[in-house]
Amino acid sequence: MKLFFTLTVILFLTSCTTQNLRGTGDLGLIIERAIGQVKLVEHTTNTSLATIKGLGDLSHASIVYSRDERYGYVFGRDGGLTKIDILEQKIVKRIMQSGNSIGGAISQDGKLIAVSNYKPGGVKIFNADTLDLVANIPAVYAQGKQSKTVGLIDAPGQLFVFSLYDAGEIWVVDMKNISTPVITKFKNIGSLPYDGLVTPDGRYYIAGLFGEDGLAMLDLWHLEKGVTRVMNHYGKGKQKLPVYKMPHLEGWAMAGDKMLLPAVGQHEVLVMDQNWKQVKSIKVHGQPIFVMSRPDHRQMWVNFAHPRNDTIQVIDTETLKIIKTLKPGKAVLHMEFSPRGEHVWMSVRDESRVDVLNTETFEVIKSLKADKPSGIFFTNRAHKIGL
Amino acid sequence: MQTLSLVILVFLSLSVFADRLTDRQQELRYLIKHDCGSCHGMTLKGGLGPSLQSLALKNKPDELLFITIKEGRPGTPMPPWKSLLTNDDINIIIKILRKGIN
Repeated sequence: MKLFFTLTVILFLTSCTTQNLRGTGDLGLIIERAIGQVKLVEHTTNTSLATIKGLGDLSHASIVYSRDERYGYVFGRDGGLTKIDILEQKIVKRIMQSGNSIGGAISQDGKLIAVSNYKPGGVKIFNADTLDLVANIPAVYAQGKQSKTVGLIDAPGQLFVFSLYDAGEIWVVDMKNISTPVITKFKNIGSLPYDGLVTPDGRYYIAGLFGEDGLAMLDLWHLEKGVTRVMNHYGKGKQKLPVYKMPHLEGWAMAGDKMLLPAVGQHEVLVMDQNWKQVKSIKVHGQPIFVMSRPDHRQMWVNFAHPRNDTIQVIDTETLKIIKTLKPGKAVLHMEFSPRGEHVWMSVRDESRVDVLNTETFEVIKSLKADKPSGIFFTNRAHKIGL
Repeated sequence: MQTLSLVILVFLSLSVFADRLTDRQQELRYLIKHDCGSCHGMTLKGGLGPSLQSLALKNKPDELLFITIKEGRPGTPMPPWKSLLTNDDINIIIKILRKGIN
């Protein structure tokens, strides 16, 4: 009898523990920008699991993940840096690290979090575990002048790379020795870099320029070669349209030997070859914001700036033709693919909805309610360079 | 009787007009928060673009704000909004900004 009782207890305890176990590889967080909260979702059966509140001003917020895919680091506009435990569904720590920030990155080894700030302009680097300040790098470029920083990414070799919007510079910060960051500065890279990205292999850093045509490119394998300008002739002689929203370069899409990127102030997606030469431009519905590659690179999904932001277009990367135009609703702000690309999630801000679509049939298979959703971030970003 | 119905009619159309203005004002408030906000921050305390909070605009005359919204600021990312907004819209936006949106 006693044995039976013990066995029952053991069995009961085991089943309890089993029920509580869960992986995090199919989880994600969605920014609910206006009310300062994030929604925890899972993309195996496409449901929302929890809401985590108290994150401040989340307009233009973004998230990176720890390499164990348990913690999300949320970068808020108001300078807030919040560490979320997605298993416990709660905030672990939250600090106000500046007055106004724009994004962040996690280091190659996962131990450092860098945040890109507008005010005061510069980058701050924190211990990913404790959020204690490790390094403060003010972006000082002229006597006393501090530049807003943009396009902050991580790169192999424990590097952080970012651009100075006001100064027109690219800085590379080597954090191999955390007590002495080594900063390499590249000046006169072009006027008003507005965003930057690193290619998925972590080799090339590219800054988009708002103030002039072309892009600034830095080969991180060969810093000694300096910054080169690519796509210099793009846009020459053309009247640019007013830009109601800055494009994002994060989703910059590479497909085989082609790269697609949003043109600034044109209703076009640009196609470059491997030599950074423009080979084509694709006419699209509006000014592209995100040009995002499905994980298999066969399709590119594009959203657009105000006032044409009710539309999504899908480009076939083989033919470079638009194969589908969708009208999900007012203000489609962001998209995120499931890790292997069978589904795409998109946030429809003005209709407070997140739609999940099948990327083969383009059918909406699920709609989730979310309050003015913007960015959608799945945990598999944890293992991608530059995200 | 006819006069009365005319008065009522005028009154009704006036109130409809007033409602419409309110709707438009609400739309413009939304536009300020979310679309201006994409560069100036949702609370308008500044981002890529400068702060648009009422205190920050205190010393900027209406005419300057009007021309900036209408024509944009060449050499900066501030676009001209004239193709999307009427002069009336712009004046309403200036009023909302002066009052503050929060």
